[in-house]
Amino acid sequence: MSQDKPSKELRLINPRPRTLIDRPTHFCPGCHHGIIHRLVAEAIDYFGVREKAIGVASVGCSVFLYDYMDTDVLEAPHGRASAAATGMRRAQPDKIIYTYQGDGDLAAIGTSEIIHTANRGETITVVFVNNTNYGMTGGQMAPTTLLGQKTTTTPYGRDFRRDGYPIRMAELLATLEGVAFSARGAVNKPANVRRTRELIRRAFEVQIKGIGLGFVEVLSACPTDWGLTPLNAIKRVEEELIPYYPLGIFKDKKEADHL
Amino acid sequence: MAKVVVIEARCKGCEICVSVCPRECLRISERHNQSGYFVVEFIGKEKCTGCAMCGEMCPDLALQVYK
Amino acid sequence: MKKLIKGNDAIAMAAIEAGCRFYYGYPITPQNDIPEYLAREFPKIGGTFLQAESEIGAINMVLGSAASGKRAMISSSGPGISLMQEGISYMSGSEIPAVIVNIQRSGPGLGGISPSQGDYFQATRGGGHGDYRTPVFAPASVQEMYDLTFLAFDVADQYRTPVVILADAMLGQMKEPLDTRHPPQRELPPKTWALTGCAGRKPQLLKSLYLGHRELEKHCWHLWEKYQKIIANEVRFEEVLIQDADLVVVAFGSAARISKTAVKDARKDGLKVGLFRPISLWPYPEKRLEEIAKSAKAFLVVELNTGQMLEDVRMSVGKDKPVHFYGRPPGADSLPMPVEILDQIREVYP
Repeated sequence: MSQDKPSKELRLINPRPRTLIDRPTHFCPGCHHGIIHRLVAEAIDYFGVREKAIGVASVGCSVFLYDYMDTDVLEAPHGRASAAATGMRRAQPDKIIYTYQGDGDLAAIGTSEIIHTANRGETITVVFVNNTNYGMTGGQMAPTTLLGQKTTTTPYGRDFRRDGYPIRMAELLATLEGVAFSARGAVNKPANVRRTRELIRRAFEVQIKGIGLGFVEVLSACPTDWGLTPLNAIKRVEEELIPYYPLGIFKDKKEADHL
Repeated sequence: MAKVVVIEARCKGCEICVSVCPRECLRISERHNQSGYFVVEFIGKEKCTGCAMCGEMCPDLALQVYK
Repeated sequence: MKKLIKGNDAIAMAAIEAGCRFYYGYPITPQNDIPEYLAREFPKIGGTFLQAESEIGAINMVLGSAASGKRAMISSSGPGISLMQEGISYMSGSEIPAVIVNIQRSGPGLGGISPSQGDYFQATRGGGHGDYRTPVFAPASVQEMYDLTFLAFDVADQYRTPVVILADAMLGQMKEPLDTRHPPQRELPPKTWALTGCAGRKPQLLKSLYLGHRELEKHCWHLWEKYQKIIANEVRFEEVLIQDADLVVVAFGSAARISKTAVKDARKDGLKVGLFRPISLWPYPEKRLEEIAKSAKAFLVVELNTGQMLEDVRMSVGKDKPVHFYGRPPGADSLPMPVEILDQIREVYP
């Protein structure tokens, strides 16, 4: 007796994460913010904490976090997101607090705040998007701008004699005791997207387990201000950013300190 | 077999999906959407395996992968 | 010869021409043209451009270079100017000169990036702590963006005080023909107070801390005397069709540009309207306004905010004549057209 092969219903295998609001984004074509927002939303959904999650938005292209993440969101002044997150955390010990900041916000004006938030071991998650310039304001130098890189305020290329060296935040923060997890990922190709998904998940996990601060630096393209096509911008991430900003985990504490 | 549905209104023509598809199932079309972007089109009816590399990379969630 | 120049660029050009070789700043819309211009040009002439980690870092870098006796400038917009208030207070107390440019965006908070005049109180009432005043000049054209920068440096150096140039996003981003000849500059005494190392002289100090018996009181009165001199000498304003005006429109900066057209249109309709445009917002031209109030019948204050300079006008005019107000707080889509101001003029015309 022959059996007809059952016709297989095709199903959607990459549904939109619940926490990611279904709307067009303001990001430029090929900007990696879209991918990174999605990974953060996925992590929140993975742990099922959307209704306990409170995001703190920063200033930069990431300022519109509240348009995309379906959680409570607080706007913080430029650079102060981690301080605002600290205030949130102290006031609401049971919530999931996350910040989403760019390289100007966290590594320039916000250095004091992130260092002390990390040092205090605040149990929050910090997502740090590094695209080596100030995107929203038109492409000025950031602390993460590479040596020789031309930006609108380093028109002749970044020179360490005038502007110092690019800062590697993930490694810097890993030296602080209060940091439970510090890592760097990229999203310029599918394999990196998958690895970064795991990193962001872990950064939320250390908060949920009360171990300490979870920090993920994600390298990103900025095609518009780099003056590159999205595909060439991806190449730049691979060939110029990753060699200076190595991918990997710099700290991963398994359990919280105790007296 | 699998297929990809393009949400044209969301596509920004960045071509990342075109470059990551291992079987050339996507290409930029000659149509543009209301935002002025030339949108991607799915041409992999017999080729697509549903690997979803395109969906993994699309910053705008403009690609729905069915398998 | 005139060149078509953007307002922000005019300020940067003027700073260079006025001998400023030290600029510290931080990116913020809508003034990025200024640091970007100087990032390009300063290396060619041995000037120092440095993008600081924040406006707090930047204003203190200005403090350092100015304390060295150099002309130093910083530019920002509302939120950044807020961060600089501590530095401005310190420079006022220590009597260190500098030029601070505010290309106003909209506030409060993150606000928006379109032009407004919401920082009038911040500029003229001194957003920083302590008993100081800050001279404030408000350009209303690209030419004034240029000319008033020279003035700001001169006033800063002559009186050893920070000086604010209060412009806005519209003035910063628009282009107009600019005459790049230097406006007249002052003879200024050498900066013998500067900290340059004590070879050949006794060590010097720049500070604002005064803990001795009634020392700070004395210092504050000393500052006050200085401010009285500024009040006596540095008031600036423009009058348009004021002599026989029954209604006087009072406005500064971009609001004045728009009002000027409305005033001229009102005259075509036979209404006796004039425009009084303060250029120095501190010291405020209160004496002149008080004089005008003797013959004018009413005033209409036009501002791109919900009423700030309005208070200075009310104080100057007194109770005898009505002071009306037309405010259009921030937002690119809420900049008034001249006809809207003309409607207001008709409504309040005495």
